[in-house]
Amino acid sequence: MRWLERIALGLGALRGLSRGRRSEPDGENARIVPAGEPDRRAETVVIVLLLAAALAAVGFMVVYSFQSLGNQTQLLGITLGGALALVGIALVVIAKRLIVTEEIEEEYPEPEHVEEQVKVVQVVSESTSRFTRKRLLAAAGGAAAGAMGLAALTPVLSLGPFLDTTSFYDTPWRRGRRLVDKQGRPYRADDIEEDTFYTAYAEGVPHDDIGSPLVVVRLAPDELRLPPERRTWAPGGIVAYSKVCTHAGCAIALYRTPLFPPVEAAPALVCPCHYSTFDPASGGTVLFGPAGRNLPQLPLIVDPLGDLRAGGNMSAPVGPSWAGVRGRKPI
Amino acid sequence: VTAITRLLAVLLLAALAAGSSADRARAQPPVGIVRPGDERGLSPRELGAQLYAGNCVSCHGVDGRGVVAGSASRGAGDIAGQGPSLRGVGALAADFYLRTGYMPLGSPDEQPERSRPLLTDREIRALVAYVASLGRGPAIPRPEPAKGSLSDGLELFTEHCAGCHQVVGQGGFVTGARVPPLEDVTARQVAQAVRIGPYLMPKFSEKDITDAELNSIVRYVLHNKHPTDRGGWGIGNLGPFPEGMVTWLLAAVVLVMTCMVIGTRLRA
Repeated sequence: MRWLERIALGLGALRGLSRGRRSEPDGENARIVPAGEPDRRAETVVIVLLLAAALAAVGFMVVYSFQSLGNQTQLLGITLGGALALVGIALVVIAKRLIVTEEIEEEYPEPEHVEEQVKVVQVVSESTSRFTRKRLLAAAGGAAAGAMGLAALTPVLSLGPFLDTTSFYDTPWRRGRRLVDKQGRPYRADDIEEDTFYTAYAEGVPHDDIGSPLVVVRLAPDELRLPPERRTWAPGGIVAYSKVCTHAGCAIALYRTPLFPPVEAAPALVCPCHYSTFDPASGGTVLFGPAGRNLPQLPLIVDPLGDLRAGGNMSAPVGPSWAGVRGRKPI
Repeated sequence: VTAITRLLAVLLLAALAAGSSADRARAQPPVGIVRPGDERGLSPRELGAQLYAGNCVSCHGVDGRGVVAGSASRGAGDIAGQGPSLRGVGALAADFYLRTGYMPLGSPDEQPERSRPLLTDREIRALVAYVASLGRGPAIPRPEPAKGSLSDGLELFTEHCAGCHQVVGQGGFVTGARVPPLEDVTARQVAQAVRIGPYLMPKFSEKDITDAELNSIVRYVLHNKHPTDRGGWGIGNLGPFPEGMVTWLLAAVVLVMTCMVIGTRLRA
């Protein structure tokens, strides 16, 4: 019912418009806008454009009513967009060809009350005659403004721990914590095969804890070149590293593993964001790319039941690097 | 005069051609597929053995034992390469490498790339049977994508494959290798690649990805070859960011041009 009302209103407006055009301006009322020459051609163009827009809109309804039609999305776009574009062009033609326009240049007004302005300046300067310590006052005002500006900036500190970065060093890994898969099932050492990779999490810790996700791979034990103090960290050649790249914190989602090692590149963990490449055989050392420090390694142990467990905490803090990241061990 | 110059030119060209072909013969030994003289008269078993001897043995060794550093055997094309053992790889791997055109490899150190297979269908079947006979190995897998679920496939592909192949299967790079796009793969080849882990790709056993899960992955990969572009222009199906960029650039140009058409230049 509302659209019926609207159509009625629109028709009324059109009637009013046509009537207004027919009645000549009375002689008593002087014209404000100069009379322009009628442009019947432009009028015809506008009428044709508006009718074409109506046709396109009807076309939209027709296309829409089909259940399924080849390229229906495109046809809907063309008809509706076309209708809007045609109305737009019609409005442009009306504005440029039919509406009478004139250019009015308004002069910048001459300054009035020149002597008043001089007087105001004099009044202002004389009003401060009671101040004796103008400099101190200015300094106090500056201090107030400066302190208030800094106060407004203080919430920036909430962007991250500024003085106390302890939480950065926090990881959920403790000796004995089990490695589980996405569904929370513990990984057994026998499940881990060579030439493929696994994502593991700390048992009982939310997956979005940055210290939790690991990438786990098994290498042939004779391929391993771990530093001496990490000799015992890889039972059966299984190594676990933080899945979070030390460069920008992306997930290490790529594991390249050669099918025929003599002629192909060595195994590597690769971050897809900026191609930081880490060597799983030598303790996560950076082979290539923008990462500035090695991938943190998690020491592993296999419990009597065959489940994989952490043998301690990570070798280094987890996540993208920050100032002082190398100075402390993770907690 | 013209007749003499023409004669000279022809002679010169002939000499050049003869010289260059002689050079080529000396510099490069004959390359391409080496075929036995009478293929039709051979049984598939003999054909497979002869094709293997002619095209594969230089890198994969006698009886598929593989060639590792220090071996002096030189085979077809005088290629002295190293290659993995084929014992136990089964029909699964042989069929994959021959039908994708990965093998035979022109130079043993380069990354195998998808190309038109140089062997005929009968030759491939004979070679696959020969390689399968070298040791007990897996048969050619028969994935059934119709039994898989598209949404499971997307999830599994995102978890295991998208890191390298991109979620839209357009391929990319890993340090040290090109990751192939999955535009031309068949269902069988997806299943084979998952189990083999060709070149630098990880391999996934049935413990990691079950055959049922593999069906879903195959279904997703096949679906991705011809995604439904409702908008009409896929722009490489590279995702919302490139699409947004293209839209912005086009819209900006159109808007600026529209403004220039509508607007009136003000006189200074």
